[in-house]
Amino acid sequence: MTFLLRRAAFYLVTAWAAITINFVLPRMLPGDPVQTMITRFQGRLSADAIASLHVLFGLDAGESLPTQYWKYWENLFRGDLGLSFTFFPTTVTDVVAQSLPWTLSLMGVTTVISFVLGTLIGVYAGWRRGSWLDGLLPVTTFFSAIPYFWLGLIAIAVFAVNLRAFPAAGGYAPGVVPGFTAEFVGSALYHAVLPGVTIVVSSVAGWVLGMRNMMVTVSSEDYVVAAHAKGLPERRVMLRYAARNAVLPSVSGFALSLGFIVGGTLLVEMVFSYPGIGFVLFQAVNAKDYPLMQGIFLIITLAVLVANLLADVVYLLLDPRTRKVS
Amino acid sequence: MTVLEIRDLSVDYGQGDDAVHAVSSVDLTLERGEVLGLAGESGSGKSTLAHAMTRLLPPPGVITSGEVLYHGRRSSSDGPVDVLGLTPKELRAFRWSEVSVVFQGAMNSLNPVSTVEQQLGDVFRAHRRDMTAARRTERSRELLDLVGISADRLSAYPHQLSGGTRQRVMIAMALALEPEIVVMDEPTTALDVVVQRQILEKMMRLREQLGFAVVFITHDISLLVEFSDRIAIVYAGRVVEQAPAREIYRAAAHPYSRGLLNSFPALHGERRPLTGIPGSPPDLRHVPSGCPFHPRCPSAFDPCDQDTPALVPLGEHRSAACWLHTTSPRRRSGVGAT
Amino acid sequence: MRFRVNPKTGTGLGVLGFFVLIAAIGPWIAPYDPSAMGPDLLRPPSMRHPFGTTQTGQDVFSQILVGTRGVLVVGLVAGLIATVLSVVVGVTAGFLGGTADEVLSALSNVFLVVPALPLIIIVVSFLPDASDLVIALAISATGWAWGARVLRAQTLSLRQRDHVEAARATGEHTWRLIVFEVMPNLTAVIASGFVGTVIFAVLSEITLSFIGVANISNWNWGTVLFWAQNNQALAQGAWWWFVPAGLSIALLGTALSLINFGIDEFVNPRLRTSGRVRGEKGARTRAGFTPVVRTGGDRS
Repeated sequence: MTFLLRRAAFYLVTAWAAITINFVLPRMLPGDPVQTMITRFQGRLSADAIASLHVLFGLDAGESLPTQYWKYWENLFRGDLGLSFTFFPTTVTDVVAQSLPWTLSLMGVTTVISFVLGTLIGVYAGWRRGSWLDGLLPVTTFFSAIPYFWLGLIAIAVFAVNLRAFPAAGGYAPGVVPGFTAEFVGSALYHAVLPGVTIVVSSVAGWVLGMRNMMVTVSSEDYVVAAHAKGLPERRVMLRYAARNAVLPSVSGFALSLGFIVGGTLLVEMVFSYPGIGFVLFQAVNAKDYPLMQGIFLIITLAVLVANLLADVVYLLLDPRTRKVS
Repeated sequence: MTVLEIRDLSVDYGQGDDAVHAVSSVDLTLERGEVLGLAGESGSGKSTLAHAMTRLLPPPGVITSGEVLYHGRRSSSDGPVDVLGLTPKELRAFRWSEVSVVFQGAMNSLNPVSTVEQQLGDVFRAHRRDMTAARRTERSRELLDLVGISADRLSAYPHQLSGGTRQRVMIAMALALEPEIVVMDEPTTALDVVVQRQILEKMMRLREQLGFAVVFITHDISLLVEFSDRIAIVYAGRVVEQAPAREIYRAAAHPYSRGLLNSFPALHGERRPLTGIPGSPPDLRHVPSGCPFHPRCPSAFDPCDQDTPALVPLGEHRSAACWLHTTSPRRRSGVGAT
Repeated sequence: MRFRVNPKTGTGLGVLGFFVLIAAIGPWIAPYDPSAMGPDLLRPPSMRHPFGTTQTGQDVFSQILVGTRGVLVVGLVAGLIATVLSVVVGVTAGFLGGTADEVLSALSNVFLVVPALPLIIIVVSFLPDASDLVIALAISATGWAWGARVLRAQTLSLRQRDHVEAARATGEHTWRLIVFEVMPNLTAVIASGFVGTVIFAVLSEITLSFIGVANISNWNWGTVLFWAQNNQALAQGAWWWFVPAGLSIALLGTALSLINFGIDEFVNPRLRTSGRVRGEKGARTRAGFTPVVRTGGDRS
């Protein structure tokens, strides 16, 4: 338990750091882009909205920094992240709440597929070192060097524009009403194929490579040789003795790769105009919608921290050495 | 009664022109129930030899010649089995039920993510398919009891056990299927002297009780002298001397054996000056011509850098490969004996 | 030290060298001004325009050539700054231990966990001028933590080695110990961290340009893609507009990864893909089953 508590404490500190970065950035950096933005929307903003934006970006020169900081936290706890200019007059919280499920499901599914697939291939490639699978390594290297978004562009050009096999953009067909209907779910899945495959193809190589190298390292460990000496079936040695140990660094590294995975997913969403956080971020960037950008950064960071905590729980279950048995 | 016969066994690391000859034409026999010690400096090839005879050498190890003949009780009807000729399936069945291994590095030979019970159970699941789960647990308890560990440690993970306990677990596991042969590869190097002695004494009592033969590998020749019946000294991948432990201790025939004996303090008996052996074992890629030991040998003479001496019998139970004890085929003018 | 260039590293260095050359001379050998509009609109590759033209008749080939410099400069500068940061933080943490280590490790872990791309995006978009240098700084500010973590672990294990302990016992100054006893042993790790950060920086910079955060009037491969995307190059079937830039990125990334594989294999020989395990005989090496290849044949 102490392990989890320590990790949780660390994530709290990280969340605090991210929130504080969000608070400090607009106050530290030169220029006053936010003020220009607010002025432009002046006529259409309510007094409350203006007040909340002032708290977000520290435009109240009169107030001391600690007071501003305190107010900023108060707003956060009320779920007030300000107003989005792009989707005016929707609040940032609403915009995020609408797009987050899309991103979470796309990323969750693709990440699990990519991790499982990559790890399995890595297990075989590492176990059968020197076989034809080693020939795949340069190919996987090349694929992992391709930016996610460019692979997405190619996928659109080939499968959507030329072959017309999949839609090029969007999360579901225009006429379909979102809801738990077969029509909607089917349409959503159909639209998710290309972005999903893009993410899996460009991220799987990393897992393959990491797992292969760990398998090679673990295969010469004494306990694996001992398992051979015991005359165990080869599958048992490979999975229970070698792979089971080799996967531990992948799981603990998972947390650290999450930042990259998130970045990649956001980009793929931008390319496919997928209705998730990434596409919203893209629109926010182009419209210089600061409240929305900041809100998205905050939400993404918090989501990553939660995912990290989950990965820690999995690690705890996988590695008995981190468990304290009384 | 012979239980294992190694004939002309050679092992290379790598193939083709740049192969390293780690073991060259080794002949060894192991009698039923005896303790055969293998001694030599690190890098002499003694561990390679032991791993080769169970075919556990990691790549790029390749066995290039020889036979490993196993005369088991179970296989007596159709004569000896050549371990090197077994298919992977036969080899898996052969392993552990006939020959088990206690590995070097007490710390790492247990799977860190499995409990003691799971790892013992694996052995039974692989070799005794008809054993019930309850019977497996019962047998595991008996085994732990045999090596003096309380049965509640069955649910422990390796990291929760001390080094000595882990090695006892390994020994319990090695005895699980009552094999004919137990290979002990530097079984106690990572342990402190007291625990080391306890474990070896335990092992020897179990041997008397169960009657298996032991191949005991260590660089610590004083332990070998104490615990083995017979000792084979290995240098540069060759057996250079083979004799009953007592005789080697009293009067080693090969200068290398004498050097080894002089580099460890004797546990019993009179004190002797520790002299050790000058120089270091040869790089196996560039083994000296003739007798590989000649550059370090205090008694090297005429034929030593030209011709490789063969292992020849010296009396009833011992043999040595040294020109001091044989006559060079080319130069009959050579000296006969010391 | 004997250093034989392994084929992977060799290939990687060769490709990287090619790009460095293009970065140096690209603007001079480019046949056209990359921003100049021409009469040939949206033409596929031809003799006059090897990579075709854009919707406004700009020469894609010239854009790629001119854009190489921006990519490499930002990549190398960001890589350099991040590496310096990671060495300072990582080695200090690993060598000092105790509270300093706790604080520095927590700091680098925070930077590892916070998703870099959104952070860089908001940092850069708050700045009035997103020049190449600013981008490089923002990237290095978020990209140093991984190297620091690896270096800390390495330093920690080095600290316990005999020669360092011995030097410490003779009362050497801490900084002298770090510079003369610890750092030389970290060269390979630092090099690999540097190359890794350059990959990260190149990808980040191109991404920022592609989504329009960076200054889109600076030519680099990302801005080429930005214009392609914004002018519906895909829907118009103008594959030549975005394929060359993507392939260049992938090629540069592969080259850098290959260099890193070479370094990794140099540090950890077990990872080598094919030693001389399989000779002409080609005995299959299989884990747990040493092959028997009886060559002599004096006995059956």
